[in-house]
Amino acid sequence: MLLSYLPVLIMIGFVSFMAIAVLLMSAVFSPKNPYHEKLIAWECGLEPVGEANKGRFRVHFFVISILFVIFDVETLYLFPWATLLADKSISGFIFVEMIIFVAVLALGLIYAWAKGALEWV
Amino acid sequence: MIDLNLVIEVLIIIFKVVFVTMVLFSLPMPLTWIERKVAGHMQARLGPWRVGPHGLLQPLADTIKLLLKEDIVPENADKFLFKLAPIISMVPAFAVFVAIPVGDSFKIPFIEKTFTLYISDMNVGILYVLAIGGLSIYGIILGGWASNSKYSLLGGLRSAAQMISYEVALSFAAIGVVMMTNSLSLVDMVRAQDGGFWHWNILYLPVGPVWFAVFFIAALAEINRVPFDLPEDEGTLAAGYHTEYSGMRFSFFMLTEYVAMVTASALAVVMFFGGWNAPIDFRTIEILTPITSVSWIYSCFGLFWFTVKVSFFIYLFMWIRFTLPRYRYDQLMTVGWKILIPICLGAILVTGFMRI
Repeated sequence: MLLSYLPVLIMIGFVSFMAIAVLLMSAVFSPKNPYHEKLIAWECGLEPVGEANKGRFRVHFFVISILFVIFDVETLYLFPWATLLADKSISGFIFVEMIIFVAVLALGLIYAWAKGALEWV
Repeated sequence: MIDLNLVIEVLIIIFKVVFVTMVLFSLPMPLTWIERKVAGHMQARLGPWRVGPHGLLQPLADTIKLLLKEDIVPENADKFLFKLAPIISMVPAFAVFVAIPVGDSFKIPFIEKTFTLYISDMNVGILYVLAIGGLSIYGIILGGWASNSKYSLLGGLRSAAQMISYEVALSFAAIGVVMMTNSLSLVDMVRAQDGGFWHWNILYLPVGPVWFAVFFIAALAEINRVPFDLPEDEGTLAAGYHTEYSGMRFSFFMLTEYVAMVTASALAVVMFFGGWNAPIDFRTIEILTPITSVSWIYSCFGLFWFTVKVSFFIYLFMWIRFTLPRYRYDQLMTVGWKILIPICLGAILVTGFMRI
């Protein structure tokens, strides 16, 4: 059981090691000649105006991420159900249950749709 | 007292992981060459031609060039996150491959040990792939934010919104496959599609093609390929989230993209096209029994079929890239939320009805 997750750990360790090794190699070979004009953020050749990462972005991205959290958690509930569907003794019952669940899910989607959360104008 | 069998098993795991990582690290080199050749021939050009015969050494030259480039860190950037982001985006793309089965297990001749052509048969395979695959978003959004450049920030935000929107559709497609095969393990999924192409999930009529269409569109969006490559829309965003990156860190993002393309192809094959299974079950043909009953030969055939199918999908991704134009951003969100998700909800009910 635990042995099937050991490769994940080894893989993450080895890939990180490779990435850092390549970066070190690049640091040894590459030239270093930084100056102000090279180091400013690229804005079509003009001096950048203001700070980009001070938290100014469209609220709509936030709405989409909340919708994602809701829907992704709901898909997670469907996974154990999908594996149980082969069990003939309970499959009829859980199928009816899932119709109700999917209906609630669809209702949520219709609500978000009607409220305009899915529109990008 | 150390268990010798356990030590051998761990050593085999380490060997497999190192081998797969090396293959994935070097795979983008031939893939970039093939991509440019495909692009060239589709547009009646030659593609790379100068470096080596038929431009075969071009990727090597590119690698050396990227290695020798200056690693620029913008002065207003969040330096720590800026340096970390490419690695964060690269590591999950590789880690996903732990769960992907490329062939069946077989007995090594003479020593009677089974050797598996997959690194790990975890019982939550598909869930693991979705979870770890989703982590790549962090690298992209951190890279976009930490650059402190407007183009990068917009690219990162777009990318994050796009990837999480299509992640939902991708999870639904995975649920569809789990319903058809009744297992979360990718190895079991392939075994459930054994015995000829009419057993493959794509031909699980009428819902198989629908699930595949949903999966394929969502996968295209997840790996940021045309027609959904808005995060790196040159026309409006310079290069998107990696505008400020250069040299090796930039190439890590590219590496991630190619590895993600291979992963998406492999997942499409495993989930819908029978994985390592041959289109016709050769074990049922009696003349071939002396060959196919030897398990390692049969596994080699499995590996061959898997490679052929994955290559086809990689070619398909390139084909699409040089055929279709790019979507507009609002169209992209409309496809994700208003078309794919309602289709998924309907298809879940139909599939469930067929399975009870």
